Order: sequence, then C-alpha cells, then structure tokens
Amino acid sequence: MSEDNQGQVWEVFVQAKPGLAHKHVGNVQAMGREMALQNARDMYVRRKEGISIWVVKFENIVASSPEEIGAFFDPMDDKAYRQATYYKMPEGAKHI
Amino acid sequence: MENATMTGQELFDHKIENDLKIEPKDWMPDDYRKHLQRQMSQHAHSEIIGMQPEGNWILRAPSLRAKVILLAKVQDEAGHGQYLYSAAETLGKTRDEFIEELQSGKAKYSSIFNYPTLSWADMGAVGWLVDGAAIVNQVSLQRTSYGPYSRAMVKICKEESFHQRQGYEIMAHMARGTEEQKAMAQDALNRFWWPSIMMFGPHDGDSPRTGNAMMWKIKRETNDDLRQQFIDKTVGQAELIGLTIPDPDLKWNEERGSYDFGEMDWDHFWDVVKGNGPCNKQRIKHHIDAHENGSWVRKAANAYAEKNG
Amino acid sequence: MMTQNENLIHFLFRLGDNSLILGQRLAEWCSKGPTLEEDVALTNISLDNFGQARMIFSHLAEVENNRKTEDDYAFRRNEREFYNALIVERPIGHFGDTIARSFLFDAFQYHFYKELTKSNNEFLAALAAKSLKEVQYHVRHSGEWVVRLGDGTEESKEKIQKSINDLWEYTGDMFTTDAKIDALTNDGIAPDYNLIKENWVKTVEEVLYRATLKKPEDSYMQNGSLEGRHSEFLGHLLGDMQYLQRAYPNAEW
Repeated sequence: MSEDNQGQVWEVFVQAKPGLAHKHVGNVQAMGREMALQNARDMYVRRKEGISIWVVKFENIVASSPEEIGAFFDPMDDKAYRQATYYKMPEGAKHI
Repeated sequence: MENATMTGQELFDHKIENDLKIEPKDWMPDDYRKHLQRQMSQHAHSEIIGMQPEGNWILRAPSLRAKVILLAKVQDEAGHGQYLYSAAETLGKTRDEFIEELQSGKAKYSSIFNYPTLSWADMGAVGWLVDGAAIVNQVSLQRTSYGPYSRAMVKICKEESFHQRQGYEIMAHMARGTEEQKAMAQDALNRFWWPSIMMFGPHDGDSPRTGNAMMWKIKRETNDDLRQQFIDKTVGQAELIGLTIPDPDLKWNEERGSYDFGEMDWDHFWDVVKGNGPCNKQRIKHHIDAHENGSWVRKAANAYAEKNG
Repeated sequence: MMTQNENLIHFLFRLGDNSLILGQRLAEWCSKGPTLEEDVALTNISLDNFGQARMIFSHLAEVENNRKTEDDYAFRRNEREFYNALIVERPIGHFGDTIARSFLFDAFQYHFYKELTKSNNEFLAALAAKSLKEVQYHVRHSGEWVVRLGDGTEESKEKIQKSINDLWEYTGDMFTTDAKIDALTNDGIAPDYNLIKENWVKTVEEVLYRATLKKPEDSYMQNGSLEGRHSEFLGHLLGDMQYLQRAYPNAEW
C-alpha cells in the first residue's frame, strides 16, 4: 500500500508514421496507465519520433527463454516451402 | 556453432569471440554481470548527477535561445539516465536499488560533475569538453558486448550529437566577444581541461579492471587510447577559436601522428573520486533532497494506481 | 486616445509574460522531480512555454517596429514593466503547489487559446492554434496529477487541497481585463473573458470532483498585474533570469 518507489516498468511501442507497425523503443517507469502513457510521450517522442504510442506493463509480457531456443525455433529450419523462392516457375513466367 | 550441447560458459565464450551480443536471459559469468552492473549504473548516475552543474545555469541563461537549448540538453541527460537505468535493470537490480547505491555512496559517478560551474562560459566548456569526452567513450561503447547496453549507447549517441556542438558554439561565441567574455572562456577551459581528460580514467597500467573488461568486450578501447583520440581532435578546435589549452607539454608528435601531452595530477584525481572534490557532497545532497521531497508524491501516485490502474 | 496598436501591444505583453514567467518557474524543477520521468515532463512543459514566449516577443517587436529582439523584452525590463498574471510568479513550493498552480493556470490557458483561435488577428489566431495543442497536453498532465494527489494518500490529499486553497486568491487576476483589452475584445481581436471564466470553472469543478477535492469559496481576489503591480517574488525571479544581460550590457550571447 502506497509504497515509495519509482513505479512499475512499462514497455513502450511507437508508431513512427501512418501505415507502419508499432516498434519497441524502450521502457519507462510509471504508476498507472495514464502516467505510463504520458511518460512514454515525454521520454520517447520529444523529437517528433511518432504519431501513436502503446504502453504495456512489463509483467504482462510473456517471453520465450533462451533454453527453449531449439524447441521453439529449429523446427522452422526445414520448412523452406513456406518461402516464395522455394518454387520453380516456368521460364518466362511474369507477374507471379 | 551454437548448439544444445554447449555449456553456458561455452556459449558465452563463443558469442564474445564472434562479436555476438549477450542478451539479458543468456548465461553469463558472475563477474561479467557485476562488472556491467557497476559500469552501467555508474554511467546512468553520471547522466543524472550531470544534470546539476548545467542545471545551475538554466535560470540564468543569457538569451531565450540559450535557455531552451540548455534546458533541452539537460532534459536529454535525464532521458539518457533513464535509458541506462533501464538497460542496467535487465541484469536483475531495480532502479530503486541503483538510486539507493548512489545516495549511500556505494556507487560512483563521473568525477567531472564534482566541479562547480562558475560562469556562463562553463556551459560552453562542459558541452565542448565534457560531452566531447563522453561522446568519444560512448561511440566506442556502441560496440560493447552486452546487447541492452549497446542499444542504449546507439540511441544516446544519436541524440547527443547536438550537445557538443552546443558547447563549442558558446565557447566560440564568447572567445570572439568582449574582453570579459574571452577571459571567461579561457578561464573555463583552464578549469575544465584537466578534469576532462581525466574522465577517461587512470592509465591502462593502473586500471585493474580494464583487462577483464577488454577480454569480455565490454570495453572496446583502452582508457589511454580513448584519451588520445579526444586530445587529438580537441586541440585543433581550441586553436581555431583562439583559446589556449593549459598544458605546456602539449606538442604534436610527427612520428606517432598524435599529440604528446603532460602528466595529469593523479593525487588530485583520487582525492575527488574519494569524495573530496569541491561539489561531491553538494551533488549527493541535492539528489537526496529531491528524492525525499518526492517521497509523498510517489506514495500518492502508487496508492492512486492501486485503486484505479 | 488609445489606438488599436497600443492595445494590441499591451495584450501581447500579457500573453508573452505569462508564458515566459511560467516557463522560468517550471525550469526550476530540472533535476528536482519526484521521478526521472516527471522531471522530463515538467521541463517539456517549460520548453513549450518558452517557445510561446519567444514567438510572442518576436511578433511584439514587429508590432512595435522598434528593432528590439525577444531577448530585449525578456531581459531588459523591470518588475513594473511585466504584465504576467500573479499566479504564474508564485514560487514553485512543493510538487503539489507547482501542480496546483499549473492546473489552475493550464485550464485557463486552454480555454483562453481555444477562444483566441477565433481572433480576427492573423498572428493571434495562428499562435492560438499552435499553443492550444501544447496547452491541451499541459492541462491533461497537471489535471491527472491533481486527481492522483487528491485521490492518493491522506497526506497527499491534504497537501494538494491546501495548495489549491492557497492559490485560489490569485485565480481572479487571470480573468481581469482593462479598457485596452476590453476594446480588443470588442474588435474581435481578444477573446471574451467571461466565457473563458465559465468554461474554466467547469473544467476545474470536473477535475476537483474526480480528485475528491473541494473547490474553494470565492473570497477576496488579488489583482494588479495588468498595471504591473506584482508580488515581491517576481523581482527575484527576474534577478536570476536577467543577471548576465544586466551585468554585461554590451556583450552579445
């Protein structure tokens, strides 16, 4: 109850221009959602870096861990058929 | 090759060897973690304490243009402190813990901020020399092996590009101003020159931690190399605006393609590190006072957030 | 006989000085904020205010056609030649005092600039459009803090309520007009201060309600700023701010 600390960590995502995806830019500490949003605005868009901000409380992010790197990502190694370059097109085929 | 059969240490060594970044959840040697925590928090504290000597002149800046530039610059320093605390937190300590270490004297910050800023020309000297020295160091640290630290440095270097120019502009302007302004500019250079070149730390031979830090690629260049780079690029800038660097031994060395320079006063350096600089106590007291005055505010904001999210 | 130009000059001093003095007060918070993020937030708002002041003083020099610069206006006038509202010169006090002042004044600025966008003076309308965006954020920032402090802990509630009570007697002066400004209002150049006051009261009541705070009763209101009569605090603020320009009158910076 009413602790004296710097608040919680919130990760900040900024959209630089319309049409682009929000990109992770860093984090801020804040007490509550509104303060997190305002702090993100004051810390990360002082130089007109963006037009939209998301903040997400760090504790709400679920992350994969380095120990799982094999199980999580290696199975994708042998699925080249997901890439367009995998397919042989007849000589002269256009617009495909 | 990275593979599942490698131990943590092997994977770490492999990454360092191949200039791959170490990330927060990766295994890392204890001493590597501790070294980084010390260096990064010290770096963050330096940004925060560094707000004070320049903050000393914001209210008295001599023009509105100078005022907004200085204010924006000091504000950037707060931002950079924030980036650095945030990067340092990935190693398992909170910002509150780092602040506690700063205020108790357990953690250090750059000694340069323990000197007073006595005239407006000092805003020039701080930007030109102190930020100039910091930038040499930070450019090098962009290649540091710890991912979050490296990324913070990239961001900081990008934003700091105007800081040194701002300082040099003040110096250049005052150096061609009235006699009084010129004297202020020279006096500021005289007072800030030696402390600035001591910002790079002791000679490599007297810097016990440099070995490990180089091996782990936390540091990419040694203290003496960085210092030489700084001196070589700064001498010409001083000459251009008609100011004299207060070192009688400063001389171009044709053979080395670098400047030779005089010996620094290391006894004085260690005195300041140990807490006996002109402003050590003042800087920490300022930080503690601000922190204590903010206590009821933080408590209120936390209480409100608990109720309302 | 007053000319419209003289009236406009008077009005521009009022606007420029409001922004300049508040900017200077907020700059005092640099390195003293309750959190690092808040330090940056307060100085951002300070920068917005200095930006407004510079824009206004530059225009003032054009209207006066006297070859003065923005710096002449900021650094070479005495206390009695400043026309900022009394509330902006109050000392920063503790964080609650600063937030209370900012909120009461930001809410005024917000409604003021909103009305000023309709001015038939081209410069004022453009200034208002630009500043309105800034001030909209300022009042959100200070308003949310009033709510947090009011609905935070018992200690914070007591403190912010006292800050608001203490500042209340300076709020009337924000809405004061004189013959010159009234003439500009009649000409469609300055906004209608009665309307601003009505809207201001609504905003203040809404925020204080959310903050579980009480709106003070209107009692005696301090005034005099439009005639350049200020508190003792302004002189000290100017003493710091103008020091270099006054000590070295022949130097350029």
